[in-house]
Amino acid sequence: MKKLDILVVGVGGQGVILASDIIGETALSAQYDVKKADTLGMAQRGGSVISHVRIGRQVYSPLIKKGEADILIAFEKLEAARWNDYLQPGGVVIVNNHALPPSSVNVGNEQYLNDQEITSILKQRTDRICFINGTRHARELGNIRTLNIFMLGSASIFMPIEIQAWEDSICRHLSPNICQINIVAFRKGREEMRNAHLG
Amino acid sequence: MIKLLSGNEALAMGAYHAGVKVATAYPGTPSTEILESLARHDDIYAEWSTNEKVAMEVAMGAAFAGIRSLVSLKQVGLNVASDPFMAASTMAVNAGIVIACADDPGIHSSQNEQDDRHYAKLAKVPMLEPSDSQEAYEFMSYAFDISERFDIPTLMLTTTRISHSKSVVQVRQEQTPPAKQADFHYDVEKYVMLPVYAQLRYSLIEERLTKLAAFAETFPFNQVSWGERHLGIITSGVAYQYAREVFPQASFLKLGMTYPLPKNLLLNFAAQVHRLLVIEELDPFLQENIQALGIKVTGKEFIPRTGELNVDIIEKASRSVGLLPEISSQPLKDMSIKLPKRPPQLCPGCPHTGIFFTLSTLGKRSSLTKSQVKTAKESPLVITGDIGCYTLGTYSPFNAMDTCACMGASIGNALGMEKTGIAKKLIAVIGDSTFMHSGITGLVNAVYSEGQITIVILDNRTTAMTGHQDHPGTGISAQGKKTRAIDLEQLVRGIGVSDVRVVDAFNMKQLRNAVRGAVDSTELSVIIVRGTCAMLAPKGSASMVIDAEKCNLCGICLQLGCSAIQRGKKQLYIDSALCAGDRCTICQQICPRQAIHLKSRVESVKLL
Repeated sequence: MKKLDILVVGVGGQGVILASDIIGETALSAQYDVKKADTLGMAQRGGSVISHVRIGRQVYSPLIKKGEADILIAFEKLEAARWNDYLQPGGVVIVNNHALPPSSVNVGNEQYLNDQEITSILKQRTDRICFINGTRHARELGNIRTLNIFMLGSASIFMPIEIQAWEDSICRHLSPNICQINIVAFRKGREEMRNAHLG
Repeated sequence: MIKLLSGNEALAMGAYHAGVKVATAYPGTPSTEILESLARHDDIYAEWSTNEKVAMEVAMGAAFAGIRSLVSLKQVGLNVASDPFMAASTMAVNAGIVIACADDPGIHSSQNEQDDRHYAKLAKVPMLEPSDSQEAYEFMSYAFDISERFDIPTLMLTTTRISHSKSVVQVRQEQTPPAKQADFHYDVEKYVMLPVYAQLRYSLIEERLTKLAAFAETFPFNQVSWGERHLGIITSGVAYQYAREVFPQASFLKLGMTYPLPKNLLLNFAAQVHRLLVIEELDPFLQENIQALGIKVTGKEFIPRTGELNVDIIEKASRSVGLLPEISSQPLKDMSIKLPKRPPQLCPGCPHTGIFFTLSTLGKRSSLTKSQVKTAKESPLVITGDIGCYTLGTYSPFNAMDTCACMGASIGNALGMEKTGIAKKLIAVIGDSTFMHSGITGLVNAVYSEGQITIVILDNRTTAMTGHQDHPGTGISAQGKKTRAIDLEQLVRGIGVSDVRVVDAFNMKQLRNAVRGAVDSTELSVIIVRGTCAMLAPKGSASMVIDAEKCNLCGICLQLGCSAIQRGKKQLYIDSALCAGDRCTICQQICPRQAIHLKSRVESVKLL
């Protein structure tokens, strides 16, 4: 593998940073050079959260160049559309099929995009688009907060890292009482992605 | 041992391994995690100081007593600390003292974009700029050694991108060196800056600067790496990482120490390349100082002076002057279709929501019905603001903040406006931590000057915006120990305010009455709005639900800007996963049709 640029995006509170931390640490444990940069803006919650993870033999810039990301992992649909221009032509985009309308939409000042509009934006870059029901699966697992690890599981099949390394890394990052449910979420995400039809 | 560390974590580990024993800071993005990381070690003393000036003074005290100390702060924090910082650079420090300062190019989380590298030149202190976490770690021991060798504070300058990016660090050791026995030795010529002694310092300061410049020539992280000689690039910090990607073939002089500059190294490098370029973020600091050495160099003629750099920006700028060929391939399609924005917002159950709704409605600021839209200019209130999560009260739907300058400015700003004889009522809004930081002196001034303004102190019992650090009002130390809490109400009364109203942040009637009463009062009033930060309080046991039969879609609840209240296809509903439930109930209190009530979470999930 020459390099792998992964952009993880979502909304504050969805666990974007933890997911990208785990990607970074797992890649490090697999002997890669890693750089990771989070862009949070000013608040704790509610805003767009973007995390750049760059993996390779030697990484300089901590930020991914627009049009060069190999994988875009979006925890929310609108955010997938917003950050799509980071994706390289033909890259993989994995979208949690879930909408969190921003307040401007709730007050009626702006319109949320419909699924067709989102897909057509994503298609400008790639046909390798996969919508998965991460939020639904996380809810079925009984803990909505497992969404990030479920999404990570889905994306993991595109990364050249052993499953054991992923699971060890997840357990290092999470407290023991929630580790098991997250391992289940991770495996479910992987399984879901394997069964999914890309594009 | 190899670790993936943020720049801030690496700075903290570097300082710990370099033997720092006293660490001080006031929280400020992007520097906060430096002290947070250090505070986890129980064999050093770490404190959240009341503000950066105090942090600097405490660290100086420790250094005077022979103990290595670290101050960490953000770019504007150094403004607050600038008085003792300038003093420390004039005096002697004795033991090593390092100021880790994080700039914020691009203004991710600040009120300005100042380039603090200028402080090194102003104070005539050495400055180091790491370009990744490994250097952040390595540079710390150099920074302390330089400080002690030249008896001067060292400025360790990072940016948001360096502080918050994670990269691989090879860690040298596990332990911190044992603590030295602290002591202080009488030496008024070094420590008492009476004019007669301060005057003596200045020839020493100039001499020291010359010695530092000589040291810079040999500093191992001022490195040349030769590539093709037609282009030579001088750069530092994160700009180096971007430049390496844009010009992989060029020759580089990467500066780890950016003040004072290594003159001979620069002259030598310049003489061996055909074209010389400086790539740096923000001001032409390196460029102008290199030009002052008589070296011909370009950079800021085409590289932006504002905002953060990245590979794209440097490439585009370089193409514009022919440093890179024009791209012949098709540019990527423009994706700039209009998407709904997602600005940060107050959390569901935030104790600031109720007071901002109150200020917004009493000030006639929100457009409750579209037909009676009033602009903020027509509001009967002027609301001066301050720095914290509550600055988000500026945004729609509240539109309830008119000014935000710097930490603590709300009170002085309000008083100044009032003294002009303005016809509008003045309300200053300030958070508890910000009040402790620099609101107290403003309040003393307002009382002394017989101001009649209203000051609202939002007491959420934490420094929320930067990630929930304790402060003097909470009575918990940076290292988690119970300490003495400062009682806000007693403090305010002690200053001489007699009209003090303490209200519950989640009681709309109390809030409204308090604001009305205070605004109408002819004396200076302080309203303390008390409510725990939503992220620190346990979620309520139930969630709010909207009764679709009673709701007439008037939309008043949406004016709370609560992200739990959402617009469905035909009705409004409340997301039980986000709602703070019976801990908040603000939407229930303001609903004119009593259409909102509590339901246990299990029931409300079924309803969805």
